[in-house]
Amino acid sequence: MTAETLMTAETAPRVIPLKRKLTPGRWFRETGWRHVVGIVVVAFAVFPLLYVLSASLNPTGTLVGSNALFRSIDFSNYVDLFNLPQQPFAAWFMNSIVIGLVTAVGTVFLGALAAYAFSRMRFTGRRVGLLSLLLVQMFPQLLGVVAIFLLLSAIGDIFPILGLGSQLGLILVYLGGALGVNTYLMYGFFNTVPVSIDEAAKIDGASHAQIFFTIILRLVAPILAVVGLLSFVATMSEFVVASVVLQEPARQTLAVGLYTFVSQETSKNWTMFAAGAVLSAIPVMALFLYLQKYIVGGLTAGSVK
Amino acid sequence: MTSVLTRPTRERSSLTGILVKIVLLGIVDALAVFALFTLFMQQSWLVFGIALAVTLALNFIYLKPGLLPAKYLAPGIVFLAIFQIFVVLYSGYIAFTNYGDGHNSTKEDAVTAIIARSQERVPDSPAYGLTVLDQLGQVSFLVTDPDGEVFLGGQDRPLDEVTNAGTDGTGKADSLPGYTTLTFQDLISRQSEIASISVPLTDDPNDGALRTPDGSTAYLYTSTFVYDEQADTFTDTESGEVYTDGGNGSFVSADGTEIQPGWKIDVGFANFARAFGEEDIRGPLLGVVAWTFAFAILSVALTFALGLFLALVFNDWRMKGRRFYRVAIILPYAFPGFLSGLVWLGLFNQDFGFINQVLLFGADIPWLTHEWLAKASVLIVNLWLGFPYMFLICTGALQSIPDELTEAAKVDGARPWSVFRLIKFPLLLVSVAPLLIASFAYNFNNFNIIYMLTGGGPRNPEAGVDAGATDLLITLVYKVAFGSGTGRDYGLASAFAILIFIIVAVVSVIGFRQTKALEELN
Repeated sequence: MTAETLMTAETAPRVIPLKRKLTPGRWFRETGWRHVVGIVVVAFAVFPLLYVLSASLNPTGTLVGSNALFRSIDFSNYVDLFNLPQQPFAAWFMNSIVIGLVTAVGTVFLGALAAYAFSRMRFTGRRVGLLSLLLVQMFPQLLGVVAIFLLLSAIGDIFPILGLGSQLGLILVYLGGALGVNTYLMYGFFNTVPVSIDEAAKIDGASHAQIFFTIILRLVAPILAVVGLLSFVATMSEFVVASVVLQEPARQTLAVGLYTFVSQETSKNWTMFAAGAVLSAIPVMALFLYLQKYIVGGLTAGSVK
Repeated sequence: MTSVLTRPTRERSSLTGILVKIVLLGIVDALAVFALFTLFMQQSWLVFGIALAVTLALNFIYLKPGLLPAKYLAPGIVFLAIFQIFVVLYSGYIAFTNYGDGHNSTKEDAVTAIIARSQERVPDSPAYGLTVLDQLGQVSFLVTDPDGEVFLGGQDRPLDEVTNAGTDGTGKADSLPGYTTLTFQDLISRQSEIASISVPLTDDPNDGALRTPDGSTAYLYTSTFVYDEQADTFTDTESGEVYTDGGNGSFVSADGTEIQPGWKIDVGFANFARAFGEEDIRGPLLGVVAWTFAFAILSVALTFALGLFLALVFNDWRMKGRRFYRVAIILPYAFPGFLSGLVWLGLFNQDFGFINQVLLFGADIPWLTHEWLAKASVLIVNLWLGFPYMFLICTGALQSIPDELTEAAKVDGARPWSVFRLIKFPLLLVSVAPLLIASFAYNFNNFNIIYMLTGGGPRNPEAGVDAGATDLLITLVYKVAFGSGTGRDYGLASAFAILIFIIVAVVSVIGFRQTKALEELN
């Protein structure tokens, strides 16, 4: 350790004079080519997004007309989008946001409860429980889509409000996947909060519920944000179960609605779809970029302990 | 001193806690009692028993002091048990039945349906004026008989005379207080629902029922099939043919003709036998399995390679503008997944898409309809979607490798490539390997990208199921179960789903063993 520090200290003065004599060739070999790679990759990454944005501002309506990028700027697609009788975009949008938010909140709550139990309590079956969650998360819910469909149609006979076609029923189905990977992410983060905090609060007379709701939940807020966001994004994009459960156009989500919209008339109403895509992407992307720091932390926390 | 001070606050908040608990538990119990009552009336004893046990267990957990872990775990586990574990087990059960179109109910329902379905219009019977009404989603027929008298009825609700109906110029009743008259538009959109309704003329089914082909006139239909309950047979009154329960969930005649619908029975391994035995299903199925593996492995390999390469390229402090590149690169990851497929669908369009028209100067390349090009296109789009994630985790993992290690290697004279190959890469692999396995499992069931982009196509015309060149197992399950073209076959779809379960389970077990070995190595 000391030897290395010494080495760097020794080499440092030698590096600085070299840096002054930075020729273009040397610059290119050291960092310039990295920018070339960067520009190519950014073009690949950003182009489809710019294309959608351009198409959404293009008044021609057709797919072929959208190939002229940013030739004209016109917001008529955004206006028309909200006036389609057969495709209630505004309803899809609200449905997606509401279903996404309720699912995210529910997922965070259920996951946090379970993670708290796994992290702070020692009970028989704890290890088995954690392992089974790891196992269960390998099997996503969409595999059981046939059974979900039949289960909801059976539930609908008892509680019509939760049956097929009900958004509440869909949310309940999504909450079935609340434990699993989320509990794992949260469990890891809960463990980083020192137990001495709980103990101090306990000595001061706080009940377990008080410790959980008023102390722990605040300390683990970053992971709650990450899990909430990941759950929101996943719910927004979920197609399989939503398409099976929600049949009526006005009750559908963006994923189902926009898919039928495109599959019915791809090239004709392309620019209007593009406007819908831009509007649907904005909330997700804004949240994502805003919480970027936490998400990257959360993703690596799962692997790099 | 502290304890004396804090004790009152504790008791006060505990009181709110208890109140919240009682209210929540009360709501759950109220719903449970309602469900139990309904189940009791339906005589579904098994479900009744399970629901009762769960309700009692929940009350026990939350009313008994102690049992803390259970108090925190119960809500999540209830949802998990119903909507994930039960659903999986139920799929397993469905795979052993003939559940699907034509076999989706009990035998009694099938008998009723056959009687209703085999109704034929009585020759030369008079036309009844008809207006279709709706009340809270339930459709009713407002019928004006040839004598001008007005009746109201619906599915399983025999006609009943009404007097307060509004009539149009021709004397045909066209509205009724409390009901909405369906417009022509509504009739079109609910066409199949309305066409399937048969309204019994009287309480006696032998009198026949009214049905409508067009939503504006109704005709008298009588059944040509008679069910003999004692012998458990159907007799066709026209041909005299007798149909008996053939043991396959349907009534069959001596020459093998089946009457639709049948009913749901357990068929044992028949669905699996079909999947692996019938030539026109086995071939496409094996192709789909092979492509599912190829797609998942190639997706992980390509995204990981590009992500790692970029992480290495941008992991240099001398480079300026790294923050900009980073944000630009993660944009595809932030873009909602289902939209990506649809956007690329437009880009790849053969006739008008940007790639053919602009990038390739008007070429006519069938990106999504040629078997191999479609596979390549799907992989390109998935690379676009997935590399930002790999870039993020590789960057994180690279930065968590202590600089001392690379410094020490350099001092020992290692070249940059050796440093990467012998030091950074193995360490990186240890931390990202579990994520690579998770990514494999995710791509194995990456429904959205395939379904949105190619719908699994181009379709294999020789396949007995709706399978195409880019179909994954999961899209095949969806298409077999809910597809529009071939009719729903829940049993076969569930058999395919079970196949996915087995594959994913085996791969995960092997994968996690492998990563454990990796961890022990270092």
